[in-house]
Amino acid sequence: MWLYALRRIILTIPILFGVTVICFALVQIAPGDPIQNLLSPTASQADAERLRAAYGLDKPLPVQYVIWLGKVLVGDMGMSIANNTPVTGEVLRAFTNTIVIAMIAVVIAFILSTIFGVAAAYRSGGLVDKAITAVAVFGISVPTFWLGVILVIIFAVNLSWLPATGMGAGGSKGFDYLSWSDFRFAVMPIIALALPPLGIMTRTTRSSLSEILNQDFVQTLRAKGLSEFEVMVHAVRNIMPAAVAMLGLQLGYLIGGSVLVETVFTWPGTGYLLNKAILTRDIPLLQGTILVLATAFVLINLVVDLAQSLIDPRIKRS
Amino acid sequence: MTDALANSLAAAPVQSAPAARVRSYWGGVWQRLRYDYVTLFCIALIILIVLSAVFAPWLAPFDPYKSSMAHRLRPIGYRQFLLGTDEQGRDMLSRLLYGGRVSLLMGIVPVLLATLVGGMFGVVAGYYGRKVNMGIMRTMDIFFAFPSVLLAVAISGSLGGGITNQMLTLTVVLIPPICRVAETATSQVRNMDFVDAARATGASTTSILFTHVLINVMSPVLVYASTLVSISIILASGLSFLGLGVSPPTADWGLMLSTLRQSIYVQPLVSAIPGVAILVTSIAFNLVSDGLRQAMDVKA
Repeated sequence: MWLYALRRIILTIPILFGVTVICFALVQIAPGDPIQNLLSPTASQADAERLRAAYGLDKPLPVQYVIWLGKVLVGDMGMSIANNTPVTGEVLRAFTNTIVIAMIAVVIAFILSTIFGVAAAYRSGGLVDKAITAVAVFGISVPTFWLGVILVIIFAVNLSWLPATGMGAGGSKGFDYLSWSDFRFAVMPIIALALPPLGIMTRTTRSSLSEILNQDFVQTLRAKGLSEFEVMVHAVRNIMPAAVAMLGLQLGYLIGGSVLVETVFTWPGTGYLLNKAILTRDIPLLQGTILVLATAFVLINLVVDLAQSLIDPRIKRS
Repeated sequence: MTDALANSLAAAPVQSAPAARVRSYWGGVWQRLRYDYVTLFCIALIILIVLSAVFAPWLAPFDPYKSSMAHRLRPIGYRQFLLGTDEQGRDMLSRLLYGGRVSLLMGIVPVLLATLVGGMFGVVAGYYGRKVNMGIMRTMDIFFAFPSVLLAVAISGSLGGGITNQMLTLTVVLIPPICRVAETATSQVRNMDFVDAARATGASTTSILFTHVLINVMSPVLVYASTLVSISIILASGLSFLGLGVSPPTADWGLMLSTLRQSIYVQPLVSAIPGVAILVTSIAFNLVSDGLRQAMDVKA
């Protein structure tokens, strides 16, 4: 077990390096001179030359990468073009806003999907199964940004129950998730975020459960006189490792996929930051945000894998 | 007498043979699909959507690019505008028909390209195992370090908008998951007895790969790839929504949704139409891939 954990942690390091390579490459694949991508359009020629020397952009690419990586490792991800503020601070502030609603959304989706999945698999092909499958298909197929717009029309415009956008007057500073007057701003983003993972997780739970229920050991359990509930507990325990892996994966997807939902609700998280970076072609901000999000995703996956091996001792990997 | 009994036993299977018709694998899949009306309906719907996109120039009642200041944001069914008009007074129905071309292209082409490339890498990685597997799958892991939307936004955001960049982005995003599915399926099949048996009889690696492995890997990979079509459509419309897809005058469902967002308070129904188009298309593709999954699962 510990050997596996150690191996898994060591294997994460090259992945993180790979992530930095891709993030470094983003500036390279952007059309135009990299220095123009890193500078604001109003910068003078002297500024450009100074930055070119500072980044060592006259040197070969591998050297440039090492210089850039050195800066990143000490927390310097360059300056945002639009605000001329350090990217690192801006991204980390936004990241808190993203991860909190993503975690709430994914936990809600996990609990509901387990319930739905069990209900659907229990009488496979029945009316409940059909209804739940329909909801799941909707959750998977719906574009989140469109769902966001529809939620705004219903709950903000027509019913006036919830605020349409933003985080309230106080902004992200002093935002209290435990008080309703603040939390109501997060309700619609959470619903829009939770629906796609709910659909995906319900579907996987249902299909893996009904597969398990067809296996011989389930028949044995019934034969030895266990109640249907106890049989279900056995079956659910069998799919838990996969379900936990799915949970982690979905959390990661939400963090990365938040760009659309956060854009619709102008929720000041990393997704909103990405949208801003795209609109203003602020490449340093784009690069920094993506680096932080991808790193977070890798670490989440690491935790999930370790948790999975704890839950399911059968997991042995080559 | 014993001879007669033996003869009858020997003859019995021959006599009953016509009753138990042996079906091919795909014949069985078709038999199951034939009675799955939801899937059949969705296949018909997809064919309809594809045809209406292909024949958009003949079907569209108006020029999708002709704007009119006098008829901006008309409601559904206003005079000759069956689905109303957008914020520039262009006919929604015509734009919707033309927009389907881009969306369908974005759903199908990247998936096909990614299935070819990702599937190949996955089978090779799964079958050879060890160092080859390590090399391929660890490289894929780097891409898995990015959630799909994030990777798409990262590549697309750096490359800039445009239809070619969007297609390239989606293909790169879809390769790693297909590769992983193919790898998992292959490494499961690889350890099965019949593969061992084939190896023991002296079959070459190529022949094992093509006659035993590929057949068994194909259904999970194809079913998985078919689920990716709707994901690809949604990803593409998301990129267009962020302004990373086709450039503005071109009709595209995601872009239409984005530009109509400001008009949500004036014409909520008209503004929601492009989203409905995306939703219906993506549900249809999802249900078809569900049906395929069920039809191709021999156990079910």
